[in-house]
Amino acid sequence: MSRIEETFSRLRSRGEKALVGFITAGDPDPGQSLEIAKQMCSSGLDLLELGVPFSDPTADGPVIQRSSARALTAGMNMKKVIEMVRRIREFSRVPIVLFSYYNPILAYGAEEFYRDATAAGADGTLVVDLPPEESDELTGVWGNGLDFIRLVAPTTPPRRMAQIASRASGFIYLVSMTGITGSGGLNRDEIATVAKELRKSCNGLPICIGFGISTPDDAAKICELADGIVVGSAFERLIESSPGDGNVAVRVGEYVSRLKKAIA
Amino acid sequence: MKSAENTLAMAAFVDTRPVQPDAGGHFGPFGGRYVAETLMPALIELESAWISICAEPAFQSELKMLLKDYAGRPTPLFKAGRLSARVGGASIYLKREDLAHTGAHKINNTLGQGLLAKWMGKTKVIAETGAGQHGVATATAAALFGMECKIFMGTEDISRQAPNVQRMKLLGAEIVPVDSGSGTLKDAMNEAMRYWVGSVRDTFYIIGSVAGPHPYPAMVRDFQRVIGDETKTQIMEAEGRSPDMLVACVGGGSNAMGLFYPFLDEPAEMVGVEAAGHGIHTGKHAVTLGAGSVGVLHGSKSYVLQDENGQIREAHSISAGLDYPGVGPEHSWLKQTGRVRYESVLDEDALNAFHLLSSIEGIIPALESSHAVARAIVEAARLPREKIVIVNLSGRGDKDLGIVSRFQTGGE
Repeated sequence: MSRIEETFSRLRSRGEKALVGFITAGDPDPGQSLEIAKQMCSSGLDLLELGVPFSDPTADGPVIQRSSARALTAGMNMKKVIEMVRRIREFSRVPIVLFSYYNPILAYGAEEFYRDATAAGADGTLVVDLPPEESDELTGVWGNGLDFIRLVAPTTPPRRMAQIASRASGFIYLVSMTGITGSGGLNRDEIATVAKELRKSCNGLPICIGFGISTPDDAAKICELADGIVVGSAFERLIESSPGDGNVAVRVGEYVSRLKKAIA
Repeated sequence: MKSAENTLAMAAFVDTRPVQPDAGGHFGPFGGRYVAETLMPALIELESAWISICAEPAFQSELKMLLKDYAGRPTPLFKAGRLSARVGGASIYLKREDLAHTGAHKINNTLGQGLLAKWMGKTKVIAETGAGQHGVATATAAALFGMECKIFMGTEDISRQAPNVQRMKLLGAEIVPVDSGSGTLKDAMNEAMRYWVGSVRDTFYIIGSVAGPHPYPAMVRDFQRVIGDETKTQIMEAEGRSPDMLVACVGGGSNAMGLFYPFLDEPAEMVGVEAAGHGIHTGKHAVTLGAGSVGVLHGSKSYVLQDENGQIREAHSISAGLDYPGVGPEHSWLKQTGRVRYESVLDEDALNAFHLLSSIEGIIPALESSHAVARAIVEAARLPREKIVIVNLSGRGDKDLGIVSRFQTGGE
């Protein structure tokens, strides 16, 4: 059983929901980013998504675009992201998913990425612009050491949901809205309908809902619809609004606690 | 003459079902669909609409009518006698896409996609633009079909292509300025894709080049192949034989694919011309095929300009339409198979060709097309007089007068 599966099965047995937190690795700089990850992991985070910064993040809104740009300016690259995973493993067993656009992985090398990410202690990968139609070129050269998290969107028809689910592992990431990250306008009823449809075809895989979940209120009302929620832009907003603030990691950690409390 | 016209009209509509790419949109190892899941169902819907609607005789005759009566096709194939004499080598013919409505080949594609959008029942269209030619052509099609239109354009391009911005506004389009990155075509395309992710249920994205996720590269090629189909008939009429060489500029590569595609199984040599900017060694260039490496950008796998970490680099060219760090996947395939040779031309040499063609033929070419003219001059000079070189004069240069005069002021 993978560390991600263990986490969800433990949470399920306790009747809890998972809090998945996304940050861009290396934002605002590699040192602070590691400190932020540390605070998140020790504040009740269930799963950490580390975003690999990319120059052209076409599925992301302005908040994550800027965080990606800050990380790149600070010299972040795939090698350093993987090194960050290794450092996190020195103090935490929280499952880590590397969240990337495809090109940085392609440039690093599919096999090299698998080898180095698993060796560092990463548990899964989500490649935002790699639909099942194209993903064999990556997963085809991989072993079973990384769960492959797949996305389902509100636009995904039911038959396609089943196809996606049959090739997913770890959990399924349900995009809450037809839009990019950090967009406003959560529609609980609409999400409920899609989540219910997805539940029928997900083979028992856990479902986490993300995009547009910012506040403890959002978290509380959306988490009932799935096994967990993903929060990203809200953390990046905190990081962005605290330049030069030595306590930014603590503040992000506190926000994790508040969100975790809200979904308890 | 009447029969020639019929042949021309027919020629544009044979073989709309592509041999390349494969069912997943792959040209060899290139192409495909590398997009967020939110867009996948829309791309699958678009692909099936493209295949079924474009095969309908009523669609074909409506598009044929528009290309003829609205866009002014067929565009002429002109023997540039004074240019050929000056070069002293092969005869140079110009395929006059600059004479198509809106002043460039872009209208072929926007009428095609716009009409497809209409048949699909979409009422809103969006597009990215670099030089503004695709933006103008999209705004034009939107006005013609009565659709709402948003054009995403980099702030740098807005300032260097002011006349086209005015034209788009006049045509009723909303301009969305994009100031991320270098404020050029790549960034405009990023933003258009983001907007499309949020509006995909009712909005048709008219991509302007043979780039982007499947089915765009093949679909845009098929809407642009009218250039090559006409050329085939016209050169046969003029010279009684096939050309020896075809030359076209390549940014994303739609005018080149349009000219080349119908000739791929003929012996003609083909030369794609990329923008070398200040020179490849300076790093300020747009030589994606000649100096880039394989990557994924804007939904397809192709050559891109990138660093060793897979971060996309900024391109540079005096010509906004070539200022793009990616290229259509079919060009990557044609490079790999060796069917097309890709060369590059410096800003300075493109400017010289711009002036030369203006002064000795009375044709002011777009800076994009000037790159093709510059290379054609080099190629023709090496060939004997009986050879025939055809250059795709993809657009007119009025939009570039500001840049050209700024460059001269700066340079003198």
